[in-house]
Amino acid sequence: MDKANILKQERETTWRIELRKKIKNKDRTSIERVKMPEADPSERRRSFMEVNRGLTSEAAMTEASRCLDCPTPTCIEGCPVGINIPKFIKNIERGEFLEAARVLKETSSLPAVCGRVCPQEKQCEANCFYTRKLKKPAVAIGYLERFAADYERETGNISIPKKAASKNKKIACIGSGPAGLSFAGEMAKRGYDVTVFEALHEIGGVLKYGIPEFRLPNNIVDVEIESLKKLGVKFETNFIVGKTATIEELKQEGFEGFFVGSGAGLPRFMGIPGENLVGILSSNEYLTRVNLMEANKEDSDTPILKGKRVAVIGGGNTAMDSVRTALRLGAEKAMIIYRRSEEEMPARVEEIKHAKEEGVEFLTLQNPIEYLGDNKGYVRQIRVQRMKLGEPDASGRRRPIPVEGDEYLLDVDTVVVSVGVAPNPLIPQSMPDLKTTSWRTLEVDQESLQTSVPFMFAGGDIVRGGATVILAMGDGRKAANAMDQQLSKNLESSVKE
Amino acid sequence: MNKVVRKEFFSENVVCLEVEAPRIAKARRAGHFVIVRVDKKGERIPLTISSADVDKGTITLVVQRVGVTSKKLTDLEPGECVADLVGPLGQATDVKKVGTVLACGGGVGVAPLLPIVEAFKKAGNKVVSVLAARTKDLIILEKQIREYSDDVLIMTDDGSYGEKGLITEGMEKVIAREKIDEAVIIGPAIMMKFAAEVTRKHGIPSIASLNTIMVDGTGMCGACRVTVDGKTKFVCVDGPEFDAHKVDFDEMLLRLNGYKDFEKNAYERYNRMQQ
Repeated sequence: MDKANILKQERETTWRIELRKKIKNKDRTSIERVKMPEADPSERRRSFMEVNRGLTSEAAMTEASRCLDCPTPTCIEGCPVGINIPKFIKNIERGEFLEAARVLKETSSLPAVCGRVCPQEKQCEANCFYTRKLKKPAVAIGYLERFAADYERETGNISIPKKAASKNKKIACIGSGPAGLSFAGEMAKRGYDVTVFEALHEIGGVLKYGIPEFRLPNNIVDVEIESLKKLGVKFETNFIVGKTATIEELKQEGFEGFFVGSGAGLPRFMGIPGENLVGILSSNEYLTRVNLMEANKEDSDTPILKGKRVAVIGGGNTAMDSVRTALRLGAEKAMIIYRRSEEEMPARVEEIKHAKEEGVEFLTLQNPIEYLGDNKGYVRQIRVQRMKLGEPDASGRRRPIPVEGDEYLLDVDTVVVSVGVAPNPLIPQSMPDLKTTSWRTLEVDQESLQTSVPFMFAGGDIVRGGATVILAMGDGRKAANAMDQQLSKNLESSVKE
Repeated sequence: MNKVVRKEFFSENVVCLEVEAPRIAKARRAGHFVIVRVDKKGERIPLTISSADVDKGTITLVVQRVGVTSKKLTDLEPGECVADLVGPLGQATDVKKVGTVLACGGGVGVAPLLPIVEAFKKAGNKVVSVLAARTKDLIILEKQIREYSDDVLIMTDDGSYGEKGLITEGMEKVIAREKIDEAVIIGPAIMMKFAAEVTRKHGIPSIASLNTIMVDGTGMCGACRVTVDGKTKFVCVDGPEFDAHKVDFDEMLLRLNGYKDFEKNAYERYNRMQQ
């Protein structure tokens, strides 16, 4: 039976029909969208506590009742992993929170993560009937996902998805970020023996070293990783595929399928004078020192520069994470310097709002052109160029152009460069047969995510460049599906022989 | 995993550790390094692999006590483990037959120099090594270096062993008496800077193995960046070896000092806690 029919049939279960009858659609649509309770800005700006506090059961049930349980739920189309959104939301409406969490896990390996960091306003919620047809705020799908996943974790009733019979096939997953974790979970459910190889000493990729505690607490990531372990996924940390062992060696050890989810972890710098002064660092370094190495804590051996005047260069989510981290490390002045206007900022609106509430200053239409240091090599000033917007460029955003002669000096003691990342070159370097694009991403078949090496699939930022957690997870799921088909076909043909 | 199987004091503050790491032992080549994290609260530091025993599945690291992490590491006793050990990292040395190689090692820099000397010798080169240190006790691995060198010159600042003088004086002496085709320079940044000036003056192609601040060691943060030939390079993935005549050593020295106060304070705090 195809997906649309399954959805229809599920919608016709008695409890869903009764739930729909309980409240008139007109009454449902007149309920106001729930607001996420947040920690007070004055309290949270100096603390790594989570900013979004989560919904109460009552608020979640009310919000869930806004969902109209549409016959053709377009919201699902907006979700890269295809979560059965009405089914989990209707379970919340009737108070079956654990059942809601189980539904999430049918297709998502990390619901507590996605509920927190997905840009829902561009995905599921952008495709909600409320936004599309009623021109009203969408059902808070992200908040509800987070609620169900948190409820399951906090009550300790964590369900492990059903597993297919063992296929006795070893699969290697390179990288333990969102793409790898999603792939590993899917393959384990399908009965494969999956080992995830991770270069760092912790599992989770950007979820651990990148996204800060105040947006995504590490212990939440760890609980979801525990669930994958219970599914039978094995993890090898401190293992760099291509260095610690080659792909060829792993094949000899019996691995039949490979998934590359090694991400885009290579920071870009601008190449302007003075950029290598002390006190100028990439957001990757800054965030890794704090999030992975816990440099903000007394008992950590890893040091961190606690700048008083910190400038973060860039306007993406990573820039927001960095500048808000600077505040929490005690900065008196934490500034965003962005070459376009606020309208063009790639960061989520919610993150920009949070940063502003916490006192971050936004220096838009400005761009650093030189760094000046003292005789010890520490950065002291930025030469800032003012910009204006010109015609739209290839990305559709208006191109920033310098206003000739309009520049000034800005005093700083720490600069965090957050102008983007490039694909990690370790795997392509160690496998010359692997085709790459001019962007140094891996070339894959758009449907199957298979690379130019038949036993190797790839997804996430190593294919997309810097993208989002949920797109990476969607890729992991898609690649698992394709690899499973390929290996099952091989199995069938070998049985026939 | 990562168990210390042997520990030897080369001098009061220079310790040689043999650590179990079968995969790394097998995969490593001359020039490679590892990243070590001693314990759960530990930082990640780079250490060059000095030698490896594939049969025993071990690698050898030489560590100089300078701060909290090197102290914690050198305090480990055989049987204890380091929490994390990852590698081999970086690009291996480009070992070719070039003729006569001048291998220059300062202080603990002799440890990473050893596998390179061995590799150049095995590739059919004549190898002349110059080892230098402040004083006699700090000359390390002399016997092992001799094994793969045609000649070895020892220099000490105080003249307590070998000849009195700096490494550059020893290098000049060798260069004056024979034709050198390539030089390899490893040691403290300031020593590499002046040693590179000597070979530049004589037009000898030279490589230096840089030891910068690192965090991940896999190219994802840029903490280790240096300017080489006017371009920013990451020591952990593009290096650690570069054309010694193209490295901006002055910038590298400033960057190495970036966390000095932290390091000093952390070490004092750690020592107080130990008492």
